[in-house]
Amino acid sequence: MSASVPVKINENLIREVSESKSEPEWMLDIRLKALKAFRASSLPDFMPVKFRERIRFDELAYYVRATDGPVQDWEDVPEYIRKTLEGLGIQEAEQKYLAGLTVQVESESVYQSFQEQLQKQGVIFTDLDTGVREYPSIVRRYFSKITPPESNIFAALNTALWSGGVFLYVPAGVEVKFPLQSYFRINRPNLGQLEHTVIVLEEGASVHYIEGCSAPIYSKVDLHAGAVEAFVGPGATLKFTTIQNWSHNVLNIGNKRAVAMDDSFVDWVDANMGAGLNMKYPTVVLSGPGARAQTLSLSMASEGQLHDTGARMIHLAPHTSSTITSKSVVKQGGASVFRGKVKVEIGADHVRARSKCDSLILDDEARSDTVPSLQVLQDNADVGHEATVSKLGQDQLFYLMSRGLTEEEATFTVVNGFVADFIKTLPMEYALEMNRLIELEMKGAQG
Amino acid sequence: MKPLLEIKDLHAQVEGQEILKGINLAMDDGQVHAVMGRNGSGKSTLANVLMGSPFYEVTQGQVLFKGRDITNEDTTTRARMGMFLGFQYPVELAGVRVYEFLKTLHRNKTGEDIKPAEFRAYLSDIMSTLDMEPDVLGRGLNEGFSGGEKKKLEVLQLLLLQPELAILDETDSGLDVDALRTVSWGIRKAVERGSKVLIITHYTRILDYLSPDRVHVLLNGRIVASDGPDLAQKIDDQGYEWLGGAQ
Ligand SMILES: Nc1ncnc2c1ncn2[C@@H]1O[C@H](COP(=O)(O)OP(=O)(O)OP(=O)(O)O)[C@@H](O)[C@H]1O
Ligand SMILES: [Mg+2]
Repeated sequence: MSASVPVKINENLIREVSESKSEPEWMLDIRLKALKAFRASSLPDFMPVKFRERIRFDELAYYVRATDGPVQDWEDVPEYIRKTLEGLGIQEAEQKYLAGLTVQVESESVYQSFQEQLQKQGVIFTDLDTGVREYPSIVRRYFSKITPPESNIFAALNTALWSGGVFLYVPAGVEVKFPLQSYFRINRPNLGQLEHTVIVLEEGASVHYIEGCSAPIYSKVDLHAGAVEAFVGPGATLKFTTIQNWSHNVLNIGNKRAVAMDDSFVDWVDANMGAGLNMKYPTVVLSGPGARAQTLSLSMASEGQLHDTGARMIHLAPHTSSTITSKSVVKQGGASVFRGKVKVEIGADHVRARSKCDSLILDDEARSDTVPSLQVLQDNADVGHEATVSKLGQDQLFYLMSRGLTEEEATFTVVNGFVADFIKTLPMEYALEMNRLIELEMKGAQG
Repeated sequence: MKPLLEIKDLHAQVEGQEILKGINLAMDDGQVHAVMGRNGSGKSTLANVLMGSPFYEVTQGQVLFKGRDITNEDTTTRARMGMFLGFQYPVELAGVRVYEFLKTLHRNKTGEDIKPAEFRAYLSDIMSTLDMEPDVLGRGLNEGFSGGEKKKLEVLQLLLLQPELAILDETDSGLDVDALRTVSWGIRKAVERGSKVLIITHYTRILDYLSPDRVHVLLNGRIVASDGPDLAQKIDDQGYEWLGGAQ
């Protein structure tokens, strides 16, 4: 049932992965080129030593199949996987409020379902392996174009050895009313999960795509280095929500990018609860006039965790606007770094960009830093950054405790208030789930 | 009968400076006791120390509540035993929605999860009597509230929690005449329902509404006089000079 290919990152491994997926030649070529980029790049300078040392590329397994392929019927998912997923409420969610669901365990998709109505309208929602086989003309146009392997070492690794991930295509004018969700799960230690997602929205299309991630706790390191490439056509709206709750042995390093065409809107919501190291900077390239983008990210870091997150907005076209909002909560030695970058290229007239970062520090061991970067090459841009840092106030705790709350409940209440704006952007079911995760995190439990 | 509250030779300090210098006070008879005294004499310090504030250090003496020594108990325990503090300056809690917060208080108090519609109806009654805007429920706790709005929210919580002992620190300060009347109504209501009140105030006006059984004067960290309600009137007429207690 479960077959694992050798772990050394070389041409043989890449050919093997590609072959076992019966991939077309063009994809193999992209993989091999990415291998060269991987060899030519190194870990980012700002990555702390204690995490650099934990990344041993050659000790990870990159291609592990949990099942023989995706099934459409929940009952056909192997029982041991189904049990785990049911415990997490995944399928219940599907029945209640999703238009489609894919589930990936280890390197490949194990389950897919999708409303027939949307299929009829030409919406495609499947795993990317299937996308490559069945819709090569669309996938080929975007794959590795938005996040090229040269971007950084993890983009290169992902492109060379990607497996699984989602292909979502929404034809012109189609509005998908209910969210589509994918769920990524790592079930074994020492896995390098490298899923790759391609999202294409044609003119005037709209969709809300949600991804959730989790893993059980292992003492060995798991690496999750996913990639997302999204093309948002003229007038289209993409809302992309991530709720990341990896266990703390997971090093999570994401490459997420969207290209926003004329008058389109990209709304990126990124909640990071788990992972030992989390490096993620959702990026929007505002390429068409009138494009708008916002990212709203939340991170909670406690003991042993470093959340180095933020966002990048690259303004290439005139009359584009962007907002970066980041909220972080740190406690018990946890650390967060906000890396927000706004770039306004020459010729991008009348750009408006805002970046805001708020941190809440719960105790003296935790810390929080901001590294904003504003590069404005066009003179009539309206660009601003602000940052606030607040400490959990003893006066706030005293007030709440004088009303009968315990210290723990009081702290949780303050944190909840701090993240309230963020929670509001989530669909109700996810808001409840987020509140539950925050509560668990505040109680010091790890999932 | 054991007094509800007994303060024995209480000393407390902040940053090495002694503020309370041996307070003795007992609430044995009557429903309403008032504490008066000059600005900076230590009234809020006393109120906060009674509630177990982390900002002050008790260096000597004892606080007994319902006969039990609570000098070393934490704030939560005191609250759950039935003590309440209405703050002189209620703190802002950004993003903590008033409605959810009140619902939590109600759940903690009754152990029941009341239906939202029922709870809203219940709140709406009290709030209209207190002349509070309904939209307060959707706002952050005290976030951007005016002084009067904050005091009314304190009274709303008082009525919700119905504590055995309510220490009210200048709940009547900074209110316009109408607000003073509604806030007084709220406090009276709590008293009628069985709460005993220790109210800190500078004005006899609220005392007209509450008719205190005893008035205590706190000057320079000590109680220098305790007497019937006439004491409040005398202070209103003559100030604190005659009580000595130099600053
Ligand atoms: N946390 C603190 N840090 C430093 N000094 C304090 C603190 N709390 C109280 N004090 C000082 O203790 C003294 C008593 O203050 P307190 O607030 O108890 O007075 P009060 O009687 O309530 O006055 P008011 O009528 O103006 O409210 C003041 O001199 C005040 O500056
Ligand atoms: Mg005071």
